[in-house]
Amino acid sequence: MELSEHLFRHEAGHMVATLTRLFGTHNLALAEDVVQDAFCRAFEVWKVRGVPENPSAWLMATAKNRAIDALRRERTARTFEPELSRLIQSEWTLAPGVEELFAANAIKDDLLRMMFSCCHPRLGEEAQIALMLNILCGFGVDEVAGAFVRTHSAIEKRISRAKRVLASSKKLFDVSAGAEFCSRLPAVQRALYLLFNEGYHGASPESAVRVDLCREAMRLTAILLEHPFGVTPATYALAALMHLDAARLSTRTDSSGNLSSLFDQDRSLWDSKLIAEGQRLLDLSATGPDLTEYHLEAAIAWVHATAGRIEDTNWGQIVALYDTLMTIRPSPVVALNRAIAIGQHEGPERGLQEILGIANHSRLAKYPFYFAALGEFESRSGKYEQAQEQFERALGLARNPMERSFLRKRIQTCEGVAASAPGRAIASK
Amino acid sequence: MSEFVFLYRGGSRDGSPAEMQQVMQKWMNWLKGLGEKGHIKDQGQPLERTGKLVKGKQKTVTDGPFAEAKDIVGGYTLIQARDLDQAVELSKGCPILERDGAVEVRPVMKMSM
Repeated sequence: MELSEHLFRHEAGHMVATLTRLFGTHNLALAEDVVQDAFCRAFEVWKVRGVPENPSAWLMATAKNRAIDALRRERTARTFEPELSRLIQSEWTLAPGVEELFAANAIKDDLLRMMFSCCHPRLGEEAQIALMLNILCGFGVDEVAGAFVRTHSAIEKRISRAKRVLASSKKLFDVSAGAEFCSRLPAVQRALYLLFNEGYHGASPESAVRVDLCREAMRLTAILLEHPFGVTPATYALAALMHLDAARLSTRTDSSGNLSSLFDQDRSLWDSKLIAEGQRLLDLSATGPDLTEYHLEAAIAWVHATAGRIEDTNWGQIVALYDTLMTIRPSPVVALNRAIAIGQHEGPERGLQEILGIANHSRLAKYPFYFAALGEFESRSGKYEQAQEQFERALGLARNPMERSFLRKRIQTCEGVAASAPGRAIASK
Repeated sequence: MSEFVFLYRGGSRDGSPAEMQQVMQKWMNWLKGLGEKGHIKDQGQPLERTGKLVKGKQKTVTDGPFAEAKDIVGGYTLIQARDLDQAVELSKGCPILERDGAVEVRPVMKMSM
């Protein structure tokens, strides 16, 4: 039997969540030890005897048995929740009690409980995402560091600090309490959105890492959609946005691994199944009075995804959607994307004017695509020298080899002014 | 053909879930490859890292572990090979070697004189 690619990673998330519900968040490290032990056993046994029929069930059953051993060993050394403390006092109740806590119905919402726990209000957004990747998605510290292009020690610090905050809440988040659920839901949606964006626009040079991040965000969003309180219009819109963007993910780099802008992508390779699913989710999101940033971003992604050729793009509609987005969730990056859309719609001069008019544009001073967009519109207005300067500034800020080679090509085009290369823009969406 | 025992010693048990899965996959591929070439007499078994040590005339019983963690035998496989040299060559593909572990290759003593 072949193992599914991410079996261990995904099962790690599930097992840690379930064991943490049992042990309490202050015993997260014990839960992680038990899971590691379960993997060691799987490792030793499967490599010789082959993969069992139902590997997930095998792992969960092993985690349960290891949990019973750990509770027997630790019952006097650690403090557990009163309910569990009572169960583990006697051998009569220990095994049957734990058995019950591992019943299919009991473990059903554990991933969601952990997801909400990771979005603790005392944690910054970056810490929330790092924690989700580490606990729910089974990424090791090195793998999280790779995804964020940070050092091992910086990420280790961030994660261990976040785990201390998690420990302070003692119990996993209660997903059956409607009021608390709804008040934390926006933070969870935001974290999932940022996780997806890290994959889509992030700094990691490895496209495999980035695809993984996008897939994880989609997997966790799907779990949120399965819960009666989680399935809101905003969650549908978030899922729609992810599907519509993910449909274009594979064409963001060309066959030689170079970054490919929206203008150059081979649209026949866009994933029509994901686009159809995104459209279905977008339809489902169109209920109720709330218009969220996810609705608007999904609508923008939909306009792009359904334009057969770049010339068919309805830039006027995209500008209008960005206008509304600026009133709901203004940010310099949204303003930049809006300015680019205006440039597409009304010409490069207008694009330049809008980019230079962005309020707080100093906050974009380290964003390579701010200067790249300036360079693009300069070159389209025929000002190749200025364009080259902007591309060079962008190059100085580029975050990985892919971005650098993309910008070097633009610089070369400007240098060869004689070659009347058709102007092309970098599209951020 | 002669018989040999591969004793797997030590080997790191740390790693992220994805790494563990990757290493396990390597083990399965390696053992499968040996099996397909007719080198496996018996797949053998993994061993628990705990147990008891019974020692001396006094029959003193102590708890494991029995050696330094890096030397603990984690399992064995019964191998068929032409000679010791070939058995050693076969052992070189073992993924434990990439994880600070060792393979002890021991000829099974022949019954005939």
